[in-house]
Amino acid sequence: MKNYLVGCAAGGSGDRIDAAAPIVATLIRRATPAALIFENLAERTLAFAQLAKRADPQAGYEPLLDLELRPILADCLRHGIAIVSNFGAANPRGAAAHVLRLAAELGLPRPRVAVVEGDDLSDADGEALLRSLLPSAHARRAFVSANVYQGAVAIAEALKAGAQVVVAGRVADPSLTLGPAMAHFGWAADDWDRLAGATMAGHLLECGAQLTGGYFADPGFKDVPELHNVGYPIAEIAADGSCVLTKADDTGGMVDVRTVKEQLLYEVHDPAAYITPDVVADIMQARIEQLGPDRVRLSGVRGHPRTATLKALAYFEGGWLGEAEISYAGPNAEARARLAMEVVRKRMGADVDLRFDLIGVLSLFGDDAGRMLAGRPGPPAGDPLPGPASGDVRMRAAIRHADPHEVDRLLREVYSLWLCGPAGGGGVRSAKRQRLSNVTCLVPRERVPARFHFAE
Amino acid sequence: MTTQATILIPLHRIAHARAGDKGNHSNISVFAYQPGYFDILLEQVTQARVAECFAARRPTAVARYVLANLHGLNFVLHDVLDGGVNDSLNLDMHGKALSFHLLTLTVSVPAGLRLHYD
Repeated sequence: MKNYLVGCAAGGSGDRIDAAAPIVATLIRRATPAALIFENLAERTLAFAQLAKRADPQAGYEPLLDLELRPILADCLRHGIAIVSNFGAANPRGAAAHVLRLAAELGLPRPRVAVVEGDDLSDADGEALLRSLLPSAHARRAFVSANVYQGAVAIAEALKAGAQVVVAGRVADPSLTLGPAMAHFGWAADDWDRLAGATMAGHLLECGAQLTGGYFADPGFKDVPELHNVGYPIAEIAADGSCVLTKADDTGGMVDVRTVKEQLLYEVHDPAAYITPDVVADIMQARIEQLGPDRVRLSGVRGHPRTATLKALAYFEGGWLGEAEISYAGPNAEARARLAMEVVRKRMGADVDLRFDLIGVLSLFGDDAGRMLAGRPGPPAGDPLPGPASGDVRMRAAIRHADPHEVDRLLREVYSLWLCGPAGGGGVRSAKRQRLSNVTCLVPRERVPARFHFAE
Repeated sequence: MTTQATILIPLHRIAHARAGDKGNHSNISVFAYQPGYFDILLEQVTQARVAECFAARRPTAVARYVLANLHGLNFVLHDVLDGGVNDSLNLDMHGKALSFHLLTLTVSVPAGLRLHYD
């Protein structure tokens, strides 16, 4: 049986909108059965989508959906390339309606657009189910929404029923690839080794360019050709579930054993048990071989029966996040930035939890409690010149609080450093936004069935 | 007994790494650039040393998985992301940069070890 090709044109919400055209051109040139996926969801982006839907019931799907699909919808429909995506986010029906409007606007024959549902547990029944499963510590928290990770089966059924576009919400990322592969090869839902092979193909694709040289370059150690024009990935899936990873023709980037290894383990915990809704994949004996330029084969993936439960994310009110920054440069910069920190801490009071960073000295590696920063000695007194302490240091203060007025107070305190703080501070910027926080739990599979219907 | 001269170098000179997040847990995979470097990783990039490297984040558990076929190790650090992507106050709320923190570990290698990266 012929290979099945799956190209991935987005690895997250807000990814490049010019990624899809070179993939679609490549898929058309190969003249092989194929699907195009857009992976647009993450723990963080689903929270944003739920907030957007709460503000406007028509919103809550991928904001870039129109820009993603517009350049390639006609070509995909004309050449029989199925489009499968989770760009429905918190509102798959809204996204499906948008796809139909876009097709009409482009003068295309009305496509068959399937909506996969069953992931959204935000209604009263869903809330009750989750509250019964979550630890009592969360009982008093304000529930906003919840989604369960659905799998590939409903996607495969929609494609077998003739869908040209499949719009899902929270399905597991690898299921976007496994669904079309199952439909194409006619695999049973308990063909564990094949399901696991295509699941890992989907896992490799799901972050887009992270397989093809994106998020990889380290100059002098890991050099990537033409990173500005990095090509997005394509998996050639074989009937046995193994695959060859490659990328769109005439693009930059690269696919080699190093890029594939890094992405194979990305967000994986136990490599013997990578759990998705569809299968438990085991990559302990996986083999990765370079077959030629930008062609790497993955084989040896084993599968075990899927779990009886599905993972759900419940979102609760997470209060407000505020952050504000000010910079100090030149002689004694770090000492002045540290003094600014001290002023803000004293003004805010000892009972308010704050995070401080000294960007240029220590920021990303530090922890919220500031243990790492506290363990780092300050600059020597008097900052003798020339010395490393004479630099360019940006003081950042951050707060999370249930009360937005407390957040405003921090922002004002950093702002007033311009007038009342150490000498030479400049470049105050601040931001404030609402947050949802999420908790994970496991839901018995039979309580949350997935289903699909065609959009009217 | 012969004593081979050794030097200390950052792990970054012999290995590459990528970090990923799930909830409040971070996983960091690290791969030897050459099969010949893999024993150095196995022997020196231990669970205990990685736990020490990330001590400021108070991991509740650190697991190490060995992927011999891939010349790689996968570390899972539990509860190190200040609540995870939707709760952390870190600029890097995913902990994506933590791979390069792991690569600051020093390893002892033979003084004449040839380093190459392809």
